[in-house]
Amino acid sequence: MPKTKPLSETPPHRVGSDAPFYVGLVIIGGFYAGLIVAMLLADVAYMRGWESVVDSAEHPLWAIFVNNPLGKALAQPEIRYSIRLSLLASTASAILSLWVAVPVGYLLSRHEFFGKNFLDALLDIPIVLPPLVVGLSLLILFQFAPEALRERVVYEIPAVILAQFAVACAFAVRTMRATFDQIDQRREQVALTLGCTRFQAFGRVVLPETKGGLITAATLAWARSLGEFGPLLVFAGATRFKTEVLSTTVFLELSIGNLKQAVAVSLLMVVAALVVLVVTRLWGSGKLTL
Amino acid sequence: MIRVEKLIVRAGVFQLRELSLNVPTGGYAVLMGKTGSGKTTLLEAVTGLKPVVSGHIILGNADVTRLKPAERNIGYVPQDGALFTTMSVRDQIGFALDIRRIDKQAINRRVQHLAELLEIEPLLDRTVVGLSGGEKQRVALGRALAFGPSTLLLDEPLSALDHVTRTQIVGLLKRIREETDVTCLHVTHNREETAELADVCLELDDGRLHRAESLVASTKAE
Repeated sequence: MPKTKPLSETPPHRVGSDAPFYVGLVIIGGFYAGLIVAMLLADVAYMRGWESVVDSAEHPLWAIFVNNPLGKALAQPEIRYSIRLSLLASTASAILSLWVAVPVGYLLSRHEFFGKNFLDALLDIPIVLPPLVVGLSLLILFQFAPEALRERVVYEIPAVILAQFAVACAFAVRTMRATFDQIDQRREQVALTLGCTRFQAFGRVVLPETKGGLITAATLAWARSLGEFGPLLVFAGATRFKTEVLSTTVFLELSIGNLKQAVAVSLLMVVAALVVLVVTRLWGSGKLTL
Repeated sequence: MIRVEKLIVRAGVFQLRELSLNVPTGGYAVLMGKTGSGKTTLLEAVTGLKPVVSGHIILGNADVTRLKPAERNIGYVPQDGALFTTMSVRDQIGFALDIRRIDKQAINRRVQHLAELLEIEPLLDRTVVGLSGGEKQRVALGRALAFGPSTLLLDEPLSALDHVTRTQIVGLLKRIREETDVTCLHVTHNREETAELADVCLELDDGRLHRAESLVASTKAE
């Protein structure tokens, strides 16, 4: 039987340079990274122009701290209230989100049950729904609530937390579900054979292994809550000294034409976002990067 | 003892069909089978981690078919050990005793005794991260044996180990047999493991169980 032509007789295989591939990747990636950097730099650059105020001040060093737009913003009581409410509400919303996300994430991760796919999709709705629709739906929902409840919630502080929670929780659930998915079920099963109830196995074996995931879920929920705007505007309103938070402050300042003030407050939020990124990357779960 | 009567277990599309087996008290059974033959499913059914369609499981004179895994008095060593990564070796071995609310002193004594048997005393205060394959198996064995179960189930305990470590662990398993009267069911896909350890050799093939010749028995027959 004739042999097939030995491979050594075929001409050597040549490939072209890989450089164009990498150049393409760098250009595309660089474009988006550049856009982000440009946006942040623009915000900071907009703050310039206060140097003339500093130069003419009696005490230039003190003037830098107080007379820059950020300092001016912080001096106003409305803004200080807004910052305080933002921090408190976001924290409350993040804690509530974790309380819900841990059991729900565990349930979705570990158990099959009738209607699971439906529940899974349902819990993603707040992420996909336009924020204004979330706010409007909450408003309409409370039209059906008893008047006493409605008066206490709608356009009051609880509405801020509820509106933030409604969206942030969905993100927290997703994160916690992914966290539990990554923990080998065998460990809980061994814990059961060692004499644990389901609750003991969960509390003593599974939960300690989710530390990183918990931090990621909490910071994600917190950051999301801080930035939430649409639902808040519709459901909680943006009343000064009542339901105004940082995101609505930016909106309010913009709407009265105080661009510098709006940008100053935005920079506050940029700093908060950067802090969140650092916290998650340092202490959160590496496999669930924000 | 481990006795299984006409067990039917479903795992997805796969099914274990009317399995019956009997391992006398203190005996050591090695169950062989190709990957995918249902060995792990059988172990999961005996531990209670998988529900049973019909049949009975009797462990040490008690019918445990309806009991939860926690009530079956079983030590289970899964493949890869499945150690608890956030606990120290000491806490891990003492875990079952802690759940049973045994006092700290007694736990420490028991853990110390097991650590000596398993030769892992220097590892007691470490976490499990970074332990070698052999060390992990020792810890897993310690964890399973701590509360003195009557039954020990081992899912491919030697598969991930190199030859030298394997020999050591086989020696350890023999020692465990001598020191306790635990009944063992050891699952493997490797025929050689039967030689030194098995009283009873079983083979699982496509969901059905039959007796198999151990390596020792077949070499004796030649």
